[in-house]
Amino acid sequence: MGSIKDRVAIVGMGCTQFGELWDKSYKDLMVDACYEAFEDAGIEPKDIQAAWYGSRESGFTGAHLANALKLEYIPVTRVENFCAGGTDTFRNACYGVASGAYDIALACGVEKTKDHLGGFTMYLTIPFDRSMAEWELPPVSQFAQLATRYFHHYGLGYEAGRRILSKISVKNHHNGTMSPKAHFRREITLEQAMNAPMISYPLNLFDACGMSDGGAAAIVTTPEIAKSMRKDYILVKALALANGAGQATLQPEYDFIHIPETVAAGKAAYKEAEIKKPRQEVDIAIVHDCFTITELLIYEDLGFSPRGKGPEDVEAGTFELTGDLPVNTDGGLKCFGHPLSASGLRMIYEVYKQMQGKAGPRQIKKADIGLVHNVGGVNGLFNCAVAIFGRA
Amino acid sequence: MVGITSYGAYVPLFRLAREAIAKGARGEKAICNFDEDSITMAVAAANDCLNGIDRDTIDGLYFATTTSPYREKLGAAIVAMAVDLRQDVITADFANSLKAGTGAFRAAIDAVKAGSARKVMVAAADCRLGIPGSALEQNFADGAGALLIGDKDVAVTVEASYSVYSEILDIWRADGDIFVRSWEDRFSSTHGYLEAVGEAVSGLMRKSKLSPKDFAKVVFYSPDARRYVELARQLGFDDKSQLQDALFAVLGNTGAAFPLMLLIAALEEAKTGDLILLASYGNGSDAFVLRVTEQIEKIRNRRGMKEHLASKKVVTDYRRYLIWRGLLPQETIPGPIRFLSAPAAWREREANFRLHGVRCQVCRTIQFPPQRVCTKCHAKDQFEPYRLSDKRAKIFTFAMDYVTPAPDLPTVTTTIDFDGGGRMECYMTDREPEQVKCGLPVEMSFRKIIDKDGAHIYFWKSIPIRA
Repeated sequence: MGSIKDRVAIVGMGCTQFGELWDKSYKDLMVDACYEAFEDAGIEPKDIQAAWYGSRESGFTGAHLANALKLEYIPVTRVENFCAGGTDTFRNACYGVASGAYDIALACGVEKTKDHLGGFTMYLTIPFDRSMAEWELPPVSQFAQLATRYFHHYGLGYEAGRRILSKISVKNHHNGTMSPKAHFRREITLEQAMNAPMISYPLNLFDACGMSDGGAAAIVTTPEIAKSMRKDYILVKALALANGAGQATLQPEYDFIHIPETVAAGKAAYKEAEIKKPRQEVDIAIVHDCFTITELLIYEDLGFSPRGKGPEDVEAGTFELTGDLPVNTDGGLKCFGHPLSASGLRMIYEVYKQMQGKAGPRQIKKADIGLVHNVGGVNGLFNCAVAIFGRA
Repeated sequence: MVGITSYGAYVPLFRLAREAIAKGARGEKAICNFDEDSITMAVAAANDCLNGIDRDTIDGLYFATTTSPYREKLGAAIVAMAVDLRQDVITADFANSLKAGTGAFRAAIDAVKAGSARKVMVAAADCRLGIPGSALEQNFADGAGALLIGDKDVAVTVEASYSVYSEILDIWRADGDIFVRSWEDRFSSTHGYLEAVGEAVSGLMRKSKLSPKDFAKVVFYSPDARRYVELARQLGFDDKSQLQDALFAVLGNTGAAFPLMLLIAALEEAKTGDLILLASYGNGSDAFVLRVTEQIEKIRNRRGMKEHLASKKVVTDYRRYLIWRGLLPQETIPGPIRFLSAPAAWREREANFRLHGVRCQVCRTIQFPPQRVCTKCHAKDQFEPYRLSDKRAKIFTFAMDYVTPAPDLPTVTTTIDFDGGGRMECYMTDREPEQVKCGLPVEMSFRKIIDKDGAHIYFWKSIPIRA
């Protein structure tokens, strides 16, 4: 098996304002995200040879992106992979370049969740196929089951468990205050986070990310071409994707205190990027904090914290902006909200800006190796993407 | 001899204090949860009745009710599927009459006598609605009773029967009506109930040459808490020593299921040799002479009426009851486009109705829902069906949604591990939020998931073990 390491470079990125963008259509968001990327890369739309478009519910088929940008008769592929859709869209564009088929490719993810009441056109249905006997609730009850079992397994009482989750929320909200493009940019206190209204026990309002509109885009090319375009391009070190096969609900051995899809994607990505000690080697991680419990499990699943020790690292401030391994420096999904297929590319945008030293007041000191992580779906059927980046 | 070989009952967990309906009203009435109806209650009673009996020996299922969720569609087929009976059994709905329960009972006896079936299950259930605040609403209750009729190991023989019909507008519900209507009580009782049941019982005693003193117990359907006492006295029975309590203080009038449920309550106390008189009412009356055999002692291990009545939660908030019955408008889930696919529901019928998972014939792993390729050993298409509906389980983990609109918040989602293997994710119902914990033992209950486009979608939920 080959490797993607150092074979693809990012030479331009764009990201729209995230939020309740009542006055923007999904095509507006495509134009806004992609034209920022074109300008950043110093290219014209006509330079794009192939494009990948990620969306779950906002614009079907690649033609919608072609129409918005007037990409004339080039291949555009639509990618749908639920919450990991953005990173998977990027992944496909990278393979397009690495294959030698294209010199310059575009990856764009856009979602207008707020055009639908409740933010979702439909939930993932399990375990059945439209007989309507299936379990059907918003995703929070999937992740709440992880929190319930995590608290139970480690003997954390409700209060102690809530304190750890709340600290993650406070951290991300703090980082979000320094992110001009974030949806929510307000500090919250630990007390507020502890006592917010319950959404799905044991997760409350401040454990959950919001639903937002947004879009982001990346332009990828070969490192050789990238060199001719700019000095501060970013190299792709690893691209991993892992899908669950239903194990969590088919096999009682599954423990609900980790997400095996994250573990598998992380392992594959570390192998490709040749990372042996993630805690020491990764400088910045932008991960899928759809709910605070998800971020806590990610610390352990990606090897940032030993099993069961995530809470200790949270208490120690390890993942804060000033800590050893800053996580979600831009405020994460907590502050940007989660326009599904846009989120992965928004996360890559943050790593890209941090590596270029352009992250403003939230700039971290050292950003040589950056990691992006998405996970979506339901227990047993998660799809998880992990991408790793390095400086040129 | 043909007769009852097993019995089972179901009284919903919840009771509405009548005080919540009208100030000063006494006692409580059984009310089904928002996700229960006549079909789900019939399934629960039938499963109680089946306790220990091989389902494959059942040749028929008669479902009796005045409140089938469908105007046109066989309720008995849904009950038979959920009870996991063979596909080649006789099924029929006995409907539209308060004496549908005893009508089905009589038809089952005749079927077994005629030799067209060896064992026939009668499952009667009702959940009738009276206009909010009315006396009918105070009297009506929800519940189910099931009797297995056969000719071997008979616990209660049917010695004689006698039926009359009577045409009268005393209590009725027209097509499209939600609430039951009635004429003035004194007219209805005098020329409806008292007259018809009186004639049936007198006729029965004449026919079988019995007199009131021959009976150890008399079981009468009653429209309310008083009329059956009047009836008993009128017919020469001693209401103190012979009359089965009609349970209005703790249960209420359960319609077509009522006479069967009261009979089961009587059988729980009956002794070998007891002669029991049973009479129903509903535009006429079916009356029976029943004799208890020594076999009764072998079918005592059912939850029946006694255990179901003892296990309860009292609802005092009348609004909660109205929401459960769909009588108060409610916010619905925004956003998701939900559509029913009849082909998908049909493909999944073994899993959704029978709660059949599969067991891999190679590595023995039990899996739900059914798979084509084994999750463990990857063997393809080498599975045998495995019933989970009768297995107990323990909660592995759970969530409680307090926000998504639903009739009974919080909506509890559980991931449960079955004793003997198998895991599934399902809703939990009939629970108090504070009792839901990792490790809590649960059992499975057939419930309604959603009403959509005139269709009722059923599936199984976990419930705390009904003590």
